[in-house]
Amino acid sequence: MMDQGARDKTASGQEVSREDELNEARRAFMRNIAAASVISLGGGLTLFTVGGSQAQAKKPEEPLDPKKRWGMLIDTTKCSDGCQKCVDACKQENGWEAEPHSPHDVQWIRKVNVKDPATGFMMSLPVMCQHCANPPCVDVCPTGASMQRADGIVRVNMHICIGCRYCMMACPYKARSFVHEDIPEEKKRFHAPMGKGCVTSCDFCAHRVDAGKIPACAEACPEGAMLFGDLNDPNSALSKRLKGIPSYQIREDLGTDTGIRYTRLP
Amino acid sequence: MRALGKYVAAALVTGVLGVGAMPAATMAGEIGPKVPIDKSKGSCVLPGKEMRRVHMDILKHRRDLTMYQGIRGGKQALEACLTCHMVKDEKTGKPVTVASPKHFCRVCHDFAAVQPDCWTCHKSVPEAAVREAMIGPDGKMKASMMAQLRAFVQREHGGRK
Amino acid sequence: MKKHFHYEYLQSKVGYYTALGGMGVLALIGLAAAYYMEHHGHAVTGMTNEIVWGMPHVFAVFLIIAASGILNVASIGTVFGKTPYKPLGRLSAVMAAAVLAGGLMILVLDLGRPDRLVVAMTKYNFRSIFAWNIYLYNGFFAVVLLYLYTQMSQDFRVRRYYTAAGTLAFLWRLILTTGTGSIFGWLVARQPYDLAIFAPMFIALSFSFGLAIFILLMVALMKGDERPLGHGLVNRMGRLLGVFVAAAAYFTVVWWLTDLYAAEHRPMVGYLFFSGNIYSWLYWLGFMALGTIAPLFLVFSRSARTSFKPVVTASILTVLGGISLVYFVIIGGQSYPLVLFPGKQVSSTYNDGMFYSYAPSLPEILLGLGGMAVAVAIVLVASKTLRILPTTLADAAVDPHLATGEVAEMKKAA
Repeated sequence: MMDQGARDKTASGQEVSREDELNEARRAFMRNIAAASVISLGGGLTLFTVGGSQAQAKKPEEPLDPKKRWGMLIDTTKCSDGCQKCVDACKQENGWEAEPHSPHDVQWIRKVNVKDPATGFMMSLPVMCQHCANPPCVDVCPTGASMQRADGIVRVNMHICIGCRYCMMACPYKARSFVHEDIPEEKKRFHAPMGKGCVTSCDFCAHRVDAGKIPACAEACPEGAMLFGDLNDPNSALSKRLKGIPSYQIREDLGTDTGIRYTRLP
Repeated sequence: MRALGKYVAAALVTGVLGVGAMPAATMAGEIGPKVPIDKSKGSCVLPGKEMRRVHMDILKHRRDLTMYQGIRGGKQALEACLTCHMVKDEKTGKPVTVASPKHFCRVCHDFAAVQPDCWTCHKSVPEAAVREAMIGPDGKMKASMMAQLRAFVQREHGGRK
Repeated sequence: MKKHFHYEYLQSKVGYYTALGGMGVLALIGLAAAYYMEHHGHAVTGMTNEIVWGMPHVFAVFLIIAASGILNVASIGTVFGKTPYKPLGRLSAVMAAAVLAGGLMILVLDLGRPDRLVVAMTKYNFRSIFAWNIYLYNGFFAVVLLYLYTQMSQDFRVRRYYTAAGTLAFLWRLILTTGTGSIFGWLVARQPYDLAIFAPMFIALSFSFGLAIFILLMVALMKGDERPLGHGLVNRMGRLLGVFVAAAAYFTVVWWLTDLYAAEHRPMVGYLFFSGNIYSWLYWLGFMALGTIAPLFLVFSRSARTSFKPVVTASILTVLGGISLVYFVIIGGQSYPLVLFPGKQVSSTYNDGMFYSYAPSLPEILLGLGGMAVAVAIVLVASKTLRILPTTLADAAVDPHLATGEVAEMKKAA
């Protein structure tokens, strides 16, 4: 009996960490589901991870191509009011959770509902880092942590971010958030590191783009409303589509020349 | 004041000598902890003795390549370090995080009393290893995991639909 | 005629150590507060993803603005050749460096990663006004120390560069405050900022904040150390404070008038200046009424000629009004949402399109007070260990004209 009791105690002591690791495993599993294009249910569960529908030639170990400029066209006519699929996919992929209206939680992408008070017209659209060609956040960063890759992706180099938040003051799109507290190990994503005291934002899923895949939001959109591609390549599907239809940038007047364009803006 | 200055100078000299002497001693393999490594997964970027001295430079160089050039994967990727050097918990069989003193980084860094500035942001266990722990060699989800998942889904989402 | 002033260490012992001890305690509390905020992350502060700069920045920006204005006292003597200000040069230089140090301490300790200060000092993005400011702040210390050296050296070969160093320091502080103002003036995306007037406005504010702080500390040090201090001098400084206070207010009025004229910015001006919210009150009651109009009445009042009280009160009110205005600029400015879709109503789970509220937390305020305490402590220690405080600031010793003027005024009053 004594022995049994003692072992229980040790077991319960271990129980906490085991539970944590189980949660971690569950999350990893859920992520796999999100990433998988085909899931077949049988006696067990077989996962097919079909990475990136249109592989963009870059292999992970190769340096990026500075001739490219990644961009996206969001067809807001297909974007429905209640749909949060792109937001959910981003959360899964990059490991952030945000309570609605939380003052502190990290947000990489959000759905903004816009109403014209004069006419009553309403629409909903996703807003994330706009990956500007002239990014104010990169201009103001004292250390160069807020950076623009040669292929146009704007992101935070958290290794040299001192957490001054000047980029958050400068960004016209409210795209950046500050990590206000420690992120527990089990909530971290290996490919989207972020941590207390640094600023973070959408990086166009750089880890996926570097492996020839498309961003998680674009992959998840059930309407195919998010077309990702190379703005500099006139033969890319994105450039061809942009050539044929009018497209708009949020706060075009600021001259930031965003990489994200919308087919319709309120 | 002058006496104090002497003490300070003496302390500085001892400190410098002490620091200078330490790597030589560790390189000789006499003192210092042994870094856990699974050699079946292949050789490291450099031999162990050199890694001990330059791993931080390799990591820093690689980190800049990834940040600015988008170079990922391969032997120098952080995930590769974590995979080969992974330490599994004896009881659970799961890889230990940096919260545990058994984590390979801590084995040495605790000894040297140097705090690396990685784990505020980076995950300290490879995600691939977690997947491995869930999926069997046949490519199918382990039965035990499946049961856990069902319970998880039931608990988290069962009430909503 | 060249006048020679004698400078002496602080003689006070009990008063000195009491004041220094008090400042030390405040500074330690401030450091503890900073540690608490860093350890738990900014979640324990009032700052959010919308109000990203909070109370620490209010204190820090106030002190950084004031620091360059404090140096102005020395410049008036050196660059503009005003005799009565010459004996104040050493104290002015030391105090300017001390207040800047206090302000920067707050700013650095509020960083998300203060442990990476070395990164901020080694990696620069020269498109950033912040990066330039790091140079301007560090350079300020160097220039001020050089200036102090030319003032205090016994060697005539060093002393002959006094005017040159003073001019360099004056130009440097003008550029420095231009940099501080441009932190806000160059924020193109934010409607309340994005105006070139922020740079000259901050310079005008620095004149008034700096002179007010200088008067307060000068009176405290001279009185605390029982040294003669002339009414004529303080009255003269008070009247100059009046001019500065009015100039600063003028720039703020031009700011909202400009924004009011553009239909695009009218809702913002309505919200910040005229909606009756906390920010409107801070501007109109805190800055305009208490921080501008009241000091103007006080410094130009008849009693200011024979008593220190009106000028000291005016200086205190200028400081309080100044903190109100900096709070108004920083917190109020951020509380107005970014306009992504002009003229539209927006909402989202990430708080788009709402007015943001902010409640300063205690640790933030304690950190700010700690930085102020560090500044005062540096001035105290410097006054005790360096000959920076003149043995007398009696009107007759400072400038005979002041003394005769004062006598005439007293006769007139009698």
